[in-house]
Amino acid sequence: MSVILILLIASISVAAFFLVAFLWSVRSGQYDDEISPPLRMLHDNPISQNIDSTNTTTTLKNIN
Amino acid sequence: MSNFKHMSNSFVAQKSTAFQCFHCGEDCNEKPVIVQEKSFCCEGCKMVYEILNQSGMCDYYTISKNPGTNQSIKIRADKFAFLDDKKIQASLLSFTNESETHINFYLPQMHCSSCLWLLENLHRLNKYVISSKVNFERKEVDIVFDHQSISMHQLADLLASIGYEPYISFNDLKKNRPSVNASKIYKLGVAGFCFANIMLLSFPEYLGIDSHEAYLQGAFRYLNILLSLPVFFYSASEFYISAWKSLKHGFLNIDAPIVLAVAVAFGRSLYEVFSGTGAGYFDSMSGIVFFMLVGRVLQDKTYQELSFERDYKAYFPIAVMRIVEGNPVSVTLPEIKLNDTLLIHNQELIPADGILTMGKALIDYSFVTGESIPVEKQMGEIIYAGGKQISGNIEMLVVKEVAQSYLTKLWNRAELQTETVLEERSFVHLLSKYFTAILFTIAGLAALYWYMHDSSRIWQVVTAVLIVACPCALLLSNAFTNGNILRRLGRNQFYLRNAQTIEEIATINYIVFDKTGTLTTGRYQDIVYEGVPIDLIIIKKIAALAAQSTHPMSKAIVEWSGEIQPKHTGIKSFQELPGKGIEGIVDGDSIVMGSAIFVTKKTEGTTLQSAVYVAVNNQVLGRFGFRNHYRPQIPALLQQLQKLGYPICVLSGDNAGEQQNLEKILGIGAPIYFNQKPEDKLEAIKKIQLSGKKVMMIGDGLNDAGALKQADVGIAISENSSHFTPASDVIMEASVLPKLYQYIRLCKANKQLVMTAFMVSILYNVVGISFAVQGNLSPMVAAILMPASSLSILLVSFGASNFLSWKMGFK
Repeated sequence: MSVILILLIASISVAAFFLVAFLWSVRSGQYDDEISPPLRMLHDNPISQNIDSTNTTTTLKNIN
Repeated sequence: MSNFKHMSNSFVAQKSTAFQCFHCGEDCNEKPVIVQEKSFCCEGCKMVYEILNQSGMCDYYTISKNPGTNQSIKIRADKFAFLDDKKIQASLLSFTNESETHINFYLPQMHCSSCLWLLENLHRLNKYVISSKVNFERKEVDIVFDHQSISMHQLADLLASIGYEPYISFNDLKKNRPSVNASKIYKLGVAGFCFANIMLLSFPEYLGIDSHEAYLQGAFRYLNILLSLPVFFYSASEFYISAWKSLKHGFLNIDAPIVLAVAVAFGRSLYEVFSGTGAGYFDSMSGIVFFMLVGRVLQDKTYQELSFERDYKAYFPIAVMRIVEGNPVSVTLPEIKLNDTLLIHNQELIPADGILTMGKALIDYSFVTGESIPVEKQMGEIIYAGGKQISGNIEMLVVKEVAQSYLTKLWNRAELQTETVLEERSFVHLLSKYFTAILFTIAGLAALYWYMHDSSRIWQVVTAVLIVACPCALLLSNAFTNGNILRRLGRNQFYLRNAQTIEEIATINYIVFDKTGTLTTGRYQDIVYEGVPIDLIIIKKIAALAAQSTHPMSKAIVEWSGEIQPKHTGIKSFQELPGKGIEGIVDGDSIVMGSAIFVTKKTEGTTLQSAVYVAVNNQVLGRFGFRNHYRPQIPALLQQLQKLGYPICVLSGDNAGEQQNLEKILGIGAPIYFNQKPEDKLEAIKKIQLSGKKVMMIGDGLNDAGALKQADVGIAISENSSHFTPASDVIMEASVLPKLYQYIRLCKANKQLVMTAFMVSILYNVVGISFAVQGNLSPMVAAILMPASSLSILLVSFGASNFLSWKMGFK
């Protein structure tokens, strides 16, 4: 039954890890601005058209 | 005199076509600028489109509809020339090394996701911009750029060219931007972690440990001690500091019982564990700290995009042009010396008191003194700082330095510097005094009782009473309800500085309004013509003559006539006489327009109402009366407030032209004062306060700043959140002013809610104390009582405050 002590230490360490993660994330300032990230997510990054078209043609060739 | 026509600006709308500007969404009126089948309202909007189109950034227009702002007012070419000054650059940037510079700009025009997209893709417009990150809440953008290839000046010009002109004020020079304080959140995180783990570790003890495993019991207890150390020394420090601060001022605030409970619980628990007599109350102690911190954090709602602390420095620009040996040189405001000659451009603010030396001065002081008519000044006359020059460039000789000008001296008056000595004036803190007293009485009585019956249990009972009789539920409910109400009000465009303001609003019993800009909007929106009826031809001629003048009154007359582009041909001998009026010959008719004396050549009776008289061929036809345009539903609001028992007073910096109109709304004999200087307004509020009333002041301009600070509650009206508002307790959008009474009602309801929660929390305390005085307070009972009471009160407060605000019609 004394193994429970080891389990305790393990579980508290895991919890402590999450505490540190919490403190670090608040400190890094990610919660300062809550409006931009949702908007930013929806913006597209421009991909050059050339790359896409050549890829599709090669796959078609392989199927045939 | 009959009213010939009563028109407001909306009359003009029937002439415009249905074209909407592709950039800013406003009406294109008669002449839209068309490019590639897209119409724009002006050259400025079209230019922004072309800049974006060239760099392939038209996604700006697809993300949001009409995302731009109207660009019809062109920005001066050298407006940001002061950014070439190394000293100014050094005080504005946030970081620099050989290859890059970081700078933070405030862009008040930011309002949608297109703005966000465009600003974060700035590097596509100019390759020397390395990266840019937007903080939408604060409307700021952090730009990293290569200063060797693009200067700060050019960067600001780039932003201005796409419609996002940075707003750089005098304030930014001092770099007083407080960083966001997250220490409460850290303390809360630590307290939460420890509280949860301590509760977990306490379960075995409560639910029974076999005697074989008694060593485990010891292990759990010592682990508990270890976990409670961060709580006691770090998380609870919030309360120690607060209780100590008020103790230094000579009284105990509501944090004192909390500190007591925490300290006693910790002390007794340590004693119990080290002497092997019990498990201690670590979970209750950490529970107290955790829930109290939750309450604190919930109450601390701040609005990052607003500032309640603005003073004149946020209003003034950062730099102005000084003439040195015939050439204009940019200079910052603190560097302006006596006898400097300054060049003030059109639409620029006058930074210091001085004498006009060149140019035609027409200065808009409405924000500073409340006068609705711009003031004309002649060469050699003194012009005061704070006004905006609106008719072209002028030069002036500085007579007083910026810090010595009339305006800044007004700001630095001793009255305005007084800080609120004690933040905690809430009734909750008054209750705390009684609470502590009652607590000690009960503890004393219990000690006495047990001393007589079984003196071994005295300490046990006394400490138990001190632990369990914590005003947690009351404070939690107070904090939670306050926070909830704050958020609700904020969602309805009524932004409070802090939770204390809610109570202040609930207790006021006298309301003072400013007139210009608060009760009224704009300057001349209602023109009433009184006189001999005039036909269309004469109106066209009057409009043609008025169009030659740049005076706002002339412009208003042109708009009233409905002629967007009046004819310019056929006008001879045009003359504009400052302070008098204009005259000329239009198609053979001699027309004279202007002040009463100028046109009628006799001193009229006291008609204080601003009016432009018109005479054609030496025959006086009538006059155009300029009436203040009251915000819609304001008369209804004022009457409602009066009926509900709030005495109303109006203080205006303008002349008494509106006296009759206001008396019609408020009744004859109501306290309405005109020509109030800023000091007069402050004194008026003081006088009312001396008669025992608690005053709420509502104003919008610099001339109200003193009064706003002096009043018990100062509300600043804002038309546009990017504009400057003076320091106040509340910032309110102009559009919701008619709902003022509803906001007051909600604040009053808040107090009732907290009182109800208080009654409920007393119940919990009674239960707890009854256990304690009997000496029956086991750790388990305490551990259950604490979270149970806190959570239930939380739920009740949450539900009740939401229900209340929903019932009152808030979003």
